Formats: sequence, C-alpha cells, structure tokens
Amino acid sequence: MKKYLTADSLFYILLITVFLIVLPLGNILGFVSNNTISLWGRYFCFAIAALGIDLIWGYTGVLSMCQAFFFCLGGYSIAMHMLLSATGKGVYSAAIPDFMVWNQVETLPFFWEPFHSFGLSLMLALALPAIFAFLFGFFVFRSRIKGVYFAIITQALALAVWLIFLRNETMLGGTNGLTDFKSLLGFELSNPKTKLGLYLIAFLTLCGTFLFCRWLVNSKFGKVLVGILDSESRLSFTAYNVVNYKVAVFVIAAVLAAIGGVLYAPQTGIITPGRMDVKASIEMVMWVALGGRGRLKGAIIGALLVNYLYSVCTSLFPESWLYILGILFILTVLFFEKGFWGLIEMLEAKLTGWSPAKGSESLKANV
Amino acid sequence: MLNVKNLNVAFGGVKALDLHDFSVDMNELRVIIGPNGAGKSTFLDILCGKTQADDGEVTFDGNPILGKKEVDIANLGIARKFQKPSIFGSLTVYDNMLLAARMPKGIFKSMFFKISSELKDRIYQVAKMVRLDIHLSKLAGNLSHGQKQWLEIAIVMLQDPKLLLIDEPAAGMSDEETYRTGELLTDLAKHHCVIVIEHDMSFVEQIANRLVSVLVRGKLLMEGSFAEVRNDQRVIDCYLGRTNTQLE
Repeated sequence: MKKYLTADSLFYILLITVFLIVLPLGNILGFVSNNTISLWGRYFCFAIAALGIDLIWGYTGVLSMCQAFFFCLGGYSIAMHMLLSATGKGVYSAAIPDFMVWNQVETLPFFWEPFHSFGLSLMLALALPAIFAFLFGFFVFRSRIKGVYFAIITQALALAVWLIFLRNETMLGGTNGLTDFKSLLGFELSNPKTKLGLYLIAFLTLCGTFLFCRWLVNSKFGKVLVGILDSESRLSFTAYNVVNYKVAVFVIAAVLAAIGGVLYAPQTGIITPGRMDVKASIEMVMWVALGGRGRLKGAIIGALLVNYLYSVCTSLFPESWLYILGILFILTVLFFEKGFWGLIEMLEAKLTGWSPAKGSESLKANV
Repeated sequence: MLNVKNLNVAFGGVKALDLHDFSVDMNELRVIIGPNGAGKSTFLDILCGKTQADDGEVTFDGNPILGKKEVDIANLGIARKFQKPSIFGSLTVYDNMLLAARMPKGIFKSMFFKISSELKDRIYQVAKMVRLDIHLSKLAGNLSHGQKQWLEIAIVMLQDPKLLLIDEPAAGMSDEETYRTGELLTDLAKHHCVIVIEHDMSFVEQIANRLVSVLVRGKLLMEGSFAEVRNDQRVIDCYLGRTNTQLE
C-alpha cells in the first residue's frame, strides 16, 4: 500500500501547496484578492475550533454544544485589547471605547483593565475558557451527567451566556459586539500585508494544533478517549478516573476553540454575540459531522469545506443555504456516517484493498 | 482475603441479597451457582463498586470496600469480568490489553506513556494464553463472541488483581473453548483469588477446586464441595432438578 499515493499524503500535499504556496503567492502577485485571503484565514480559525470538537465529540463521544462560547471568549479577549490600544483615536477621542460613550459610561469598567496589555489579553483569552471549562466540566461530569443530558446542559449554557453578552450592562458592546479595531501590536489591520500575515499565522497555528491533536490521539491518552466512547464502565473498572479524562478533553477543546477565536477577531474586524448563539455551536458540530467525526482531517476538511460552500452559496443563491446545509447533513447521517473523509477512505479502500476497519499493522490510530 | 458480613441489598423493596457470612481465601477458586435472580451478579456488582449496598460489611485484604468508587476498588486489586463482554470495540486487541495493564493511570502519565519491553512481553504472553496473539492488530469489535470473552479475561488478568470476579465466562463458547477457559481459570487460581459465577455444571465440576456456594433468592443456601452440592436434596430441588416452583 506504500507505493500508492495515499489519500493521507494527498491531503497534506494539497493543504500545504494550496494554502501555504498558491494562495499567499497569488496574493502577493495580485491574482488572489485580499478578501479571499481574509476569508480563508477565518476558515482556518473555524478549523482549529473544529479540531477541539472532534477530540471531545468524535473521539470521546461527549457532545458539547457550547464550543462557540469558548470561541468567543477568545475573540472578545483579543477584541477588547485591540479596542483599548486604539482609545483616543475613536470618533469621540475618548479614553474609553466608543460604544461606552454612547452608553453614557465615563470610566473604564474594572474588568477591562487587564486587557491593556497584549500578553495578558492573550493569556486571559486562553485561561478564561480553560478555567470555565474546568469548573463546569468538573461538576457536570462528576455528577455523571452524560449523553444527551450533557448536550442539553451545554446548550442551555450557550443560551445563557449569549443572553448575558447581549445586554448593554455587560459592557461588552451588547448586540453590536465589539468592532472598529484599528491595529494589533502596531500593525494596521487594514493593511493587506497585515492581512496576509494574520492568514499565515492562522494557517501555521492550524498546522500546529493539528500536530498536537495527532500526537494526543496517538498517545495512550487518545486511546483512553476512544475507550470512553466504547465502554466507559470498563475503563472505570480498569482503574481509570474517567471524570478526570473527560474534564481534560473538555478543557483542551475549549482552549482550541479560544485559539480559533483569538485569530478570528482581528481578521474579521468584528465580534458579536451572534457568533456564540445556540445556532453557532450547532453549526460547529455540523462541520465535524460533515467532514468526518473521529478523524482529525475530517474536522479540518469539514470546517473549510462547509464554510467555503457557505460563502459560495450565499452569493449565488442567498435564500437556499440552510436547505443545502440541511440536505447535506441528512445525507451524511443517513448514508455517510463517517462524513466526507470517511467517504474518501472508503473509496481508497475500494481502489487499494486496504481499509482502516481491518486495523493497521503499526497499531497506531488513524487520524 | 474477602470477608462479607450481613450484607443487605434491596431494589425497590425487593430484597436482592441477604448474605450473613461469606468469605474466600487466598488462592481459592470459588464457584457461585444459583437459579436466575438469585443475586449472583448483584453480589459481584457490589464487590466491584457498580452497585451500592444498603448495609453490611465487606472487607478485602483488611480494607473496607463498601461505599468506595469503582476506581478505588480496582486499585485495591479487584478486577471484574462482566457477563456480557465489556471491551473497547473500536480499539485493536493490543490496545485493549495495553489500556488494561497495571500502571499509573493519570492523565499526564497517559499522554507521555512509552511502552516498556517488559510490558510488551507481558501483553504477548497473556495474549498467547488466551490465544489472541495472532489477532493483536485486529479491532476488538470484529472478534468472535468467544474471543471477546477471552479478551475480557485477558484485560482482567493484565490488571494484576488479587481478586478476580468472573461472571459466566463460558457463556456462548464451544465445548472446546469452554474447557480451555476452565484450564485458564484453574491456572489463575494458583496465584489469585477467583470468584466465578457459572451455570454449566460440567464446567463447574472442572474448575471447582474447593467450595461451591449456592445462592437462592439472595440467601446462601449451602456451601460444599462440588459432589456435596450436586447431591444435596435442597439444591436439586431448587436448582438442578428444576422441579421446584421457585423456578419461574
């Protein structure tokens, strides 16, 4: 099987050539628009979050419906920093962000203070979701809440935090969210070079998080995660503290989502509560389902493909996007349980006679 | 090794288990028989922490185990094989055995785990004993029923427990497989304490090396050698002879 060009290597070659060479070069030479670069840069952020969802749902079988909230915690943190670093340059030349001026706020709320520093903002962007996921996960998993009950509880959480972020009193811009970012670390965000830079950082971060996740699922830790999906009780009786493992994977997934959010806000120029509503989390789960759960490549392909399809479809036939997504989802659930990547693996198996279902000789998990 | 005193369990008012005195010694293989609903599996459920008892006292190796969590009980050295094979179907046979092997099982230990050659040898050795050495790279979910039973026995063995709780190991096995399972259990009993629940009488005869306990309606009816139990009129009445009204 080694002598064939496997779907695996094809995936890596395509990913690297298209996104690391063709698109950036095309942008520098002027064939690829800045808009396209920003668009794909944002899709990479979604793919990073999708990796986390694949870890907790695809591998461990725990359906978390609040990943968009963690994504936004990351996004809001970096957005707050960008707004603070631009104070004084706003319409009102005030020392506080413009939206606070509209709301008749005169002094900066205390919890905005740490976000003056970039380092601290970045740290909080990752630490806040981690701590939140740890506390929430610890109490929920310890009470042995699982399956659909966990999904419902996290969905309720997503709804609750969305309502909180919507309020003007929360001092996070309410419905309008945070926007009108000027620069990040001194780089003008409107500059095409900054856009390309952010795009490259997002892509390399995606590669880095993919390698991390691959290492994780190939380690014994990853096998324990699959063990939780297969037979949680067997793991407990084999002396594994399943609660700790579930909390750990929940925290990892939350941090991955937050990393995506941090890279998303400066590329998009706006972050609103709409990014974290109940629908947003469901969509994230759908990317992974369509791409292929239980395979890291599936999560990446799902996030990139669905979002690309979204932007194509909404410009061609704006009204029909939800129908297309719905039909795709139904087809996947009915016929392609393993999603798009599973379909590719199946085709490859037909062509070469090799299949992951027979187990691999190297005793390594497929990723 | 294992001492049980005045153990009481009731499910919704129905008394499932009422054991006054039960004990198993070091290196003993104890067989528990009894008609359906006698409380055999419930008893093992309590010993491994799956079910909580209402009251009573159970000590293992001097440690009280009632009220402890599954993980803590497993760490004390009690391992359980379930009636319905409980294995990790989407992992390979090798990974199943690797996960089970006795080692520190914390999160970071698992992340940075590197397999030692001793452990590898041990896994191959156990795999050979249960005749799964040629299937190590197969997905456990694709094994036959008998092989799944053996894999679960291997999982239990690899935990290096002091007490093995084995629930109906021969269910769904061919005669040859059953005999082989019996040999395996007899072998294990040389260095471990083993409790086996079984219905197949010729299998019980093969493995019972000291005592057979008979449970009926949650109570201990009698204990004795296989011959004694087989010839006891009460046992025949309520279980072996199948002439009694207690058998619904």
